[in-house]
Amino acid sequence: MPFIAYLSKRLIALIPTFIGITIISFMVMHLAPGEPIGVQADLNPKMTPEVRERLRALYGLDKPLYVQYWRWLDGLAHLDLGRSFAPDRAPVWNKIKERLPVTILINSLSLGLILLIAVPLGVASAVRQGGLFDKAVTILIFVFYAAPSFWVAIVLMLYLGVDLGWLPVSGLHSLMGYNALSPMQKVLDWTRHLLLPVAVSAMGGLAGLSRYVRSSMLEVLRQDYIMTARAKGLSEHAVIYRHALRNALLPLITILGLSVPGLIGGSVIFESIFAIPGIGQLMWSSVMSRDYPVLMGNLVIVSILTLLGNLLADIGYGLADPRIRTGRHG
Amino acid sequence: MNYIRILLSIIFLFAVQCRLAAAADCPSYGDTIVVGSIGDASTLIPMLASDATSHEIAGLIYDGLVKYDKNLNLVGDLAKSWDVSPDGLTITFHLKKGVKWQDGVEFTAQDVLFGFKVITDPKTPTAYAGDFMEVKTIEAPDPYTIEVTYKRPFAPALSSWGDIVVLPKHLLEGKDITKSPLARNPVGLGPYKLKEWKTQEKIVLEANPDYFEGRACLDRYLMRIIPDPATMFLELKSGGLDWMDLSPIQYERQTNTKFFKKNFKKYKYLSFSYTYLGFNLRFPLFKDKRVRQAIAYAIDKDEIIRGALLGYGVPATGPYKPDAWFYDPDVRRYPYNPQKARALLAEAGWRYVNKDGVLEKDGRPFSFTIITNQGNDVRERTAQIIQYRLKKIGIDVKIRPIEWTALINDFIDKRRFEAVILGWTTGLDPDIYDIFHSSKTGPKELNFIDYKNPELDKLLVEGRETFDKKKRKKIYDRVQEILAEDQPYVFLYVPMALPVINRRFHGIEPAPSGISHNFIRWWVPKDEQKYMTR
Amino acid sequence: MGDKPEVKSTIPKSGRFAWWRSFTKNPLAVAGLLIVGCLIITAILAPVISPYDPQAINTWHILEPPSRAHLLGTDTLGRDCLSRLIYGVRISLLVGIVAVGLATAIGAALGAAAGYYGGMIDTLLMRFVDIMLCFPAIFLIMAVIAFLEPSILNIMVIIGLTGWMGVARLVRAEFMSLRERDFVLAAKLSGASDRRIIFSHILPNAVAPILVSATLGIGGAILTESALSFLGIGVQPPTPSWGNMLTQGKDNIEVAWWLSIFPGLAILIAVLGFNLLGEGLRDALDPRMKRD
Repeated sequence: MPFIAYLSKRLIALIPTFIGITIISFMVMHLAPGEPIGVQADLNPKMTPEVRERLRALYGLDKPLYVQYWRWLDGLAHLDLGRSFAPDRAPVWNKIKERLPVTILINSLSLGLILLIAVPLGVASAVRQGGLFDKAVTILIFVFYAAPSFWVAIVLMLYLGVDLGWLPVSGLHSLMGYNALSPMQKVLDWTRHLLLPVAVSAMGGLAGLSRYVRSSMLEVLRQDYIMTARAKGLSEHAVIYRHALRNALLPLITILGLSVPGLIGGSVIFESIFAIPGIGQLMWSSVMSRDYPVLMGNLVIVSILTLLGNLLADIGYGLADPRIRTGRHG
Repeated sequence: MNYIRILLSIIFLFAVQCRLAAAADCPSYGDTIVVGSIGDASTLIPMLASDATSHEIAGLIYDGLVKYDKNLNLVGDLAKSWDVSPDGLTITFHLKKGVKWQDGVEFTAQDVLFGFKVITDPKTPTAYAGDFMEVKTIEAPDPYTIEVTYKRPFAPALSSWGDIVVLPKHLLEGKDITKSPLARNPVGLGPYKLKEWKTQEKIVLEANPDYFEGRACLDRYLMRIIPDPATMFLELKSGGLDWMDLSPIQYERQTNTKFFKKNFKKYKYLSFSYTYLGFNLRFPLFKDKRVRQAIAYAIDKDEIIRGALLGYGVPATGPYKPDAWFYDPDVRRYPYNPQKARALLAEAGWRYVNKDGVLEKDGRPFSFTIITNQGNDVRERTAQIIQYRLKKIGIDVKIRPIEWTALINDFIDKRRFEAVILGWTTGLDPDIYDIFHSSKTGPKELNFIDYKNPELDKLLVEGRETFDKKKRKKIYDRVQEILAEDQPYVFLYVPMALPVINRRFHGIEPAPSGISHNFIRWWVPKDEQKYMTR
Repeated sequence: MGDKPEVKSTIPKSGRFAWWRSFTKNPLAVAGLLIVGCLIITAILAPVISPYDPQAINTWHILEPPSRAHLLGTDTLGRDCLSRLIYGVRISLLVGIVAVGLATAIGAALGAAAGYYGGMIDTLLMRFVDIMLCFPAIFLIMAVIAFLEPSILNIMVIIGLTGWMGVARLVRAEFMSLRERDFVLAAKLSGASDRRIIFSHILPNAVAPILVSATLGIGGAILTESALSFLGIGVQPPTPSWGNMLTQGKDNIEVAWWLSIFPGLAILIAVLGFNLLGEGLRDALDPRMKRD
């Protein structure tokens, strides 16, 4: 089965990447000035050298670096990422676990929205390359890309939320009376709240993807078999949608996998402005308060998610491409 | 006086500690007040918390032995009354009977003893142990009496027995407090109890029906976490928030609209705090008094109040608020005078050597960095005005705003700063021993600028051991004179608190302590209630 | 770096200026070029055309709407917004160009090494690229800047250090396709050193795609700076950057519309300009993209 072979090859290729990710995430903690226990130790005015040593031992900081790394990796395997330095001393994984779903939800929605708009736009632009439509679309999506997202967000909040009062300004769902709503009303409530965040987070990603579809489409349209299809007298519609589109969209799967980190990175901004309790805010607050265990945990979890996204893309690609490549691509 | 509480700012001390003792009934019950907060709470065990939000919430859940009333007098809270021995060394608290923890267990003197034990335990990571270290013995002769004896006369003793130190012994004894579930699910004995806490989203409190001073009128207190200040203001305008402290710009420019007048009532009062520019005196740069005085002359306090506070504040001349009984108006002042500043710097040996416009001495340019807490727009703009003015007299200043936790832990506590713009809350007692006494310069202690003046040291000790008001006033007048002369800080301004509250809330009584002293008696008439809780 | 006749030989003589003709026929590309040109001129002439000192505080005139004295109004410390906007061009361009320059240098070097030597070096380097691509760049940027200090230098360097992966892949692909070509083999046979072959024979052929990606990257870097400013760790006041001006505008959006509209539009137009220019260059320089 070539597909199984392909898949196992991809999986094996993931291992070194995974190890690299963990090493870089681990290094971030040790790059920071001072020792990671500094924050915690300083909270205690009665910190004697002995207590400090005990704490160092507790965190394993008295061991050589590779031992520390190994311990941390071992913990990671059990989803034990240590405890936060924040006064609640919560396990890091618990903190990440309660934030992840929201971020994944919003990013999936926004990825869906991007696809929904970018693919038709890209195809239409490619078909009408150089025309007025193509130019208008180009400008429009670049304007979307070029507008700083927090600025657009605040303007939309002001206009749609305050001046017109159509949409809620911020938050995930209504705070009062939410529990009394019927399931249908709850979905509606969520939709109203998430409309702006999803739209704003999709805005920036639109340009990259639709340009990609456009150029990929253009490339395909120049291929011999399209020429042949045209020569055979197939209608332009059939040529484009039956033959060209499928092949043009294939590489898109890989691009989707690669766009995950960018989207999650954008979460820092829009989660903060829309007051959404997701992973971006957790990352930001852990950076600001130098909560190293949470910071490391966040980095490693998000990048592993990206890795999984890439793997899914690979699998999707393998499934979609009858010729299943055996070498590297992308 | 405790650490972060002073550093931070004003709101929670008075938002929480000073509720009116009147056990009157409410004209009507119900409704919810929705407030916004930039950050989430971290822990709801008060002695472990170092952020304003945690204290704000915990203050509604816990009570102390004493509290301030609306006129800033200390009155009993969990304590019915107290006696002070003639030598001033022993305080005997008589506790109220029949007060229950929110799980139904009765509150007794043992809970106070336990809290004291925990807060003075070196293993407890708390910043508030200082005042309790002055205690020599503490005993509970019966379940409703506490006897505290101090090592030496300690004037601020009484006020330290607030809500920081009372803990439910039956739930915590023998357990590691840092890992206690009470941090997330507190059991207190205050007017509200925790109903729901969704991290980074909201904290919902519900009125405690068995509160010993009578149930609060408002059914719920809901705090929304909104990290962005611009979003928070838009939420207020869209009706999503009921109570918010405004920035001077918002207050001045935004609240004159019809919408605002119809829906909100504005309040303003001098806050219990002052903002200062502090110099790290370990640096040779600031060791010379003339240099510090020069900087004071180069800063135009009126300009800062006009530019950064839009007039909502008054100049500070020392570490006290102008309307306090121990305030001394006749200290040395530093009116804006750049010529004098230049002359003082020249006297101290600073000269223009090259043409970059920065003074130099012994080959070292006069350049330093001011750090301040990030997200405080008023302080950041204050820093910029100071930077601009100092540039004019040849001093190069950089500004670095740093997030609160990191600022305290990584910079202030490690003494890794040159100059800092921060604020202290001013207590109702003139004691400032912790901030300016030379013995308080150790790691983590509050005299982080390393200020040492033997005469001041003597006065500060005398001041806290003296109970006579007139004698104390004399002592602290001299304290203020010394500080004004030495300028270890340039005392900048006393800002105003500028809260706005939705008009549907009734019973708000502005008083010397602000507006939140009677929060539990705020109420909404039935027909104006917005949120049905049942 | 010596003569490079072989390089020229890869591009047909007649086509040497064809790209320019094709470029000028594309109105969007020309618009992009004009925008970028205007930005550069503004940056150079900033001290001449600014009506005021961009850092001069005037607390008697804070938050004044646009008027004849202050065409774009004044900010929260009474500084002239127009002058700050003009000086902000310098910061934005500086951040964009230095960050992208660094990213391009790193990316080109690693990409060239990977593509030229292949084998183990290629595998290792490309694995490193894969790893770096798994991290959201903004996470790394904000962690490092918050730990160090948000100086312009740090911001430029760290944006550069997290943005080189695309260039590396691009250059590698170019090298892979060129290293077996006749002119490279000929150079090898004539005993040219690896360094010489890489720098004077192959790299010049990869200039077009590098240029395109760098142009697009500058826009991205300008946006990253504004995002960092939003988080409070961008270019610090009093230095005017469009990012920190826009953040101040956002905080006062209802009080003073002029504080957010103008820097917002400035960022939008500048980024748009660089993107249009980049896309235009791509269309003009990439032979596969040309329409017959």
